[in-house]
Amino acid sequence: MANNKISALIVDDDSIIRKIHKTMLERLFNIEAETVKDGKEAVELCRSGANFDIIFMDREMPIMDGAEATKQLRAMGVKSTIVGITTRAGGEDREEFLAAGSNHCFEKPLDRAKVEVVLREHKKFTI
Amino acid sequence: MDRNRTHSLRHLAAIKQSLFDQGHLDEQFIQLEELQDDANPNFVEEIVTLYYRDSSRLISNLDQTLERNPLDFNKLDTIMHQFKGSSSSIGAKKVKAECTLFREYCRAGNAEGCRRSFQQMKKEYAALRKKLETYFQLARQAGPLETAFRPK
Repeated sequence: MANNKISALIVDDDSIIRKIHKTMLERLFNIEAETVKDGKEAVELCRSGANFDIIFMDREMPIMDGAEATKQLRAMGVKSTIVGITTRAGGEDREEFLAAGSNHCFEKPLDRAKVEVVLREHKKFTI
Repeated sequence: MDRNRTHSLRHLAAIKQSLFDQGHLDEQFIQLEELQDDANPNFVEEIVTLYYRDSSRLISNLDQTLERNPLDFNKLDTIMHQFKGSSSSIGAKKVKAECTLFREYCRAGNAEGCRRSFQQMKKEYAALRKKLETYFQLARQAGPLETAFRPK
């Protein structure tokens, strides 16, 4: 049970959001988080062998958006919990994200309550 | 308890309360404050500073794009989408509301509406900046304090 820290990847093109979400995960939940700024970087990082328990994926990003990145990650066999984050969580974005293979889809911003919902489903999580 | 410090803390609380009462800030700001601790006592100020630094680039971009004729509504909407995201991440409620209005005007292809709401947004943005500068300055002077109290 030595190192059961949950690992996370934050994928968002906004540097402020990356910083806020990373800090929130680390301070409130003791989750170590790496950050990248678009879907393509996320895919490449996973392809290079990096493994994450949870991937927080923003929807709208340049180069490769969240839904497309989710599709590619699933096609690669990535089993991480993928949490889609969008500015419009009801409707099309949500459908698209879930269809692409994400486990959740929340409206921005990510907050404590939403992270708790995700963690409750994750096997490593203990309160 | 030091009388000056008590006075500072009360003043700080009053400023914060008015920022919420007047609708400048929303719950997201409180969420940020919850991430502050002894090891990172100025986290919120750092985030807000980062926000004003990064967003000034987006505002210039919007300014320039609004000078074109005819307007490229798609481009304006894309830039504003990003700006709105950042603004809502620090809890800038009024700024965020103007961003939403601006985007509606973009979708309606209403150039006059866009320009008007952009001007209004810049006013709110500048006003918030001033108020937060005062707030943070006072917070630093007051020293480590109970930031977790919630406005009524």
